[in-house]
Amino acid sequence: MNHPLPPETSDRPLAPGQRLSRSARKSLSPETEGEILALAAKYPDKLAATLPALYLAQAELGFAGLEAMKEVARILAIPEGHVFGVATFYTMFHQKPVGKFHLQVCTNLCCALRGGAQLFEQLCTRLAVQPGGVSLDGLWSVEEAECLGSCGTGPCLQVNHEVYEEFLDETRLDAVIEACMRGAVPEWGK
Amino acid sequence: MGAIRTKADSQSYTFEGFGSDKFPNFMLRGTGDLDNWRLKTYEQRHEGYEALRKALKMDPASVTGEVKASGLRGRGGAGFPTGLKWTFMPKDTEERAFTRYVVCNADEGEPGTFKDRAIMEYNPHQLIEGMLIAGWAMQCKLGFIYVRGEFKWLIDKLDAAIQEARDAGYLGKNILGSGWDFDLLTYRGAGAYICGEETALLNSLEGRRGEPRVKPPFPATKGAYGQPTTVNNVETLASVPVILRIGGAAYAAIGTPNNTGTRIFGVSGQVKRPGLYELPLGTPLDFLVNDLAGGCSTGKKIKAIIPGGCSAPMLDAKDFDCPMDFDAMKARGTMAGSGGVIVMDENVCIVEAVLRLTRFYAHESCGQCTPCREGCNWLEMVLHRIEHGEGRPGDLDLIASLTPRINLRTLCPLGDAACGPIDSALQKFRHEFEHHIEHKTCFVKGPKLTAGISVH
Ligand SMILES: Cc1cc2nc3c(=O)[nH]c(=O)nc-3n(C[C@H](O)[C@H](O)[C@H](O)COP(=O)(O)O)c2cc1C
Ligand code: SF4
Ligand code: FES
Repeated sequence: MNHPLPPETSDRPLAPGQRLSRSARKSLSPETEGEILALAAKYPDKLAATLPALYLAQAELGFAGLEAMKEVARILAIPEGHVFGVATFYTMFHQKPVGKFHLQVCTNLCCALRGGAQLFEQLCTRLAVQPGGVSLDGLWSVEEAECLGSCGTGPCLQVNHEVYEEFLDETRLDAVIEACMRGAVPEWGK
Repeated sequence: MGAIRTKADSQSYTFEGFGSDKFPNFMLRGTGDLDNWRLKTYEQRHEGYEALRKALKMDPASVTGEVKASGLRGRGGAGFPTGLKWTFMPKDTEERAFTRYVVCNADEGEPGTFKDRAIMEYNPHQLIEGMLIAGWAMQCKLGFIYVRGEFKWLIDKLDAAIQEARDAGYLGKNILGSGWDFDLLTYRGAGAYICGEETALLNSLEGRRGEPRVKPPFPATKGAYGQPTTVNNVETLASVPVILRIGGAAYAAIGTPNNTGTRIFGVSGQVKRPGLYELPLGTPLDFLVNDLAGGCSTGKKIKAIIPGGCSAPMLDAKDFDCPMDFDAMKARGTMAGSGGVIVMDENVCIVEAVLRLTRFYAHESCGQCTPCREGCNWLEMVLHRIEHGEGRPGDLDLIASLTPRINLRTLCPLGDAACGPIDSALQKFRHEFEHHIEHKTCFVKGPKLTAGISVH
């Protein structure tokens, strides 16, 4: 491909193999770059900074797309292929943008025995999102999660990386959605 | 950095008689109290760091000896004797000095298991002290706590607790005047169940994909960053201060002869009071489920119990009296595993439950070896069509021919784990599968367990 592509934006991530023109590349802020370099010094081997660096890049750029991966590889001076392999292996690195509020409902067995699957379906209907997709207004994304380590208090819900809601039922679901809209829950990446 | 969580969780942690000699409370002290994690509380109320002082006065080999004498077995799943594991670490010789590491497995991904989380939430210093003692016993340089990515708030809390310990001189250089240097680092995973397997965990800790390694070399020879490493579960390490404090022999007197001490059992699923209960090993399963957790929450009869995290083969009513220890569970064809007890009532469709679990394994297979990667997907497809009323007459034989080709033929035990639920369900609840295939519908009429994909 020899004509430059528009930059990778939150609604149009790049496919693997696609290239960005040099001028369109987004880079991480100097602060994040500094944090990543500090991480590299913290562990016995700088490769170990790959995961934490991807978290930082994901927080700043909103998702861990190719841009984020390339930046991490550049800053740590490690192969891009390694970063790509890592970023695509783990489910918590999102190659595509998620909503401002990324909701994960556990539907594994213990939670399902207490109604997790039904709550997940309700959530999708209420917020008008497809599982794995983002709502039209960009606010919500909903995902079925595997065990979140709250089996005794299931069904449980995680919002972004912060909040857990346990013993979830319809009333609590409403309360969480309301709290998000009120701004009481930190947005994705914040 | 996110804020340290201030909301208490509302599950049960205690029962009548808990904390007495019969039911000692070693692992769940102060649970439910949100300030319990602080160093001050640990020192003042829970004899904090006394065991470390004691250990530092002993020589490392006698510390390991004490742990051996206690009979402690790993709480992560396999039940391997902890003291023995520690002796596998190579000692320094005149020609060669090693850099040794101790790693805490806090990946807690096994469905049904939620105990390590409570230790990190309420008693992080007990874990830190345990890692210090393990570090001293094996003369390690550094310890890592590998925590699953979803527990971000717990990592923040652990970091805060580690800093408290550093400020108080329990971590860092020349700890309590012993001349020994040791420190702890936390590492955040990123959402992969397989990273709970110890060699996958080590790969992840090095910033690689979490794929299990070929063994040998075992971690004690070549672990994190190529150095000798011991991996232990959170609960295992948090038991170590208790052993040093009360003595190995006293610890060994609790429980049954080959299965000593207490462990935390997590009860989930259809019970009235789900939660964490610390009990001596060998306590009968039905005492936990009926007397402590209050029995079935739906008022129906209990049909099946998975006794040790979802990888453990399920038990039916005739085995509910099984003592909960490693050997007794093994004798009944299942395993004590991670201590997660999942209770299902008679309205639960076993086919659907097994489908849900198989979907989990197919999703979490790392893809390195063919029997697991392909086999789990095939099993899921076959179970899916049975559940959807499209089962074919030969399907049960097909499943029965698939599982022996996965079981024990994979690089890591995930393949075996995936076969456990299916094999046991087919053996004990075969009629439900047959009913599904014959009548194209479910044997029971319970609420469905899988989102969007079911015939109910
Ligand atoms: C697929 C798989 C997942 C595992 N997940 C965990 C886990 O989440 N936590 C854990 O402590 N051990 C887990 N284990 C067991 C570890 O491999 C290892 O046996 C354990 O950490 C050893 O610690 P212990 O001797 O203290 O039990 C898992 C094993 C397998 C095969
Ligand atoms: S058994 Fe499965 S999870 Fe384990 S190494 Fe093989 S493919 Fe990976
Ligand atoms: S099964 Fe839902 S949190 Fe464990």
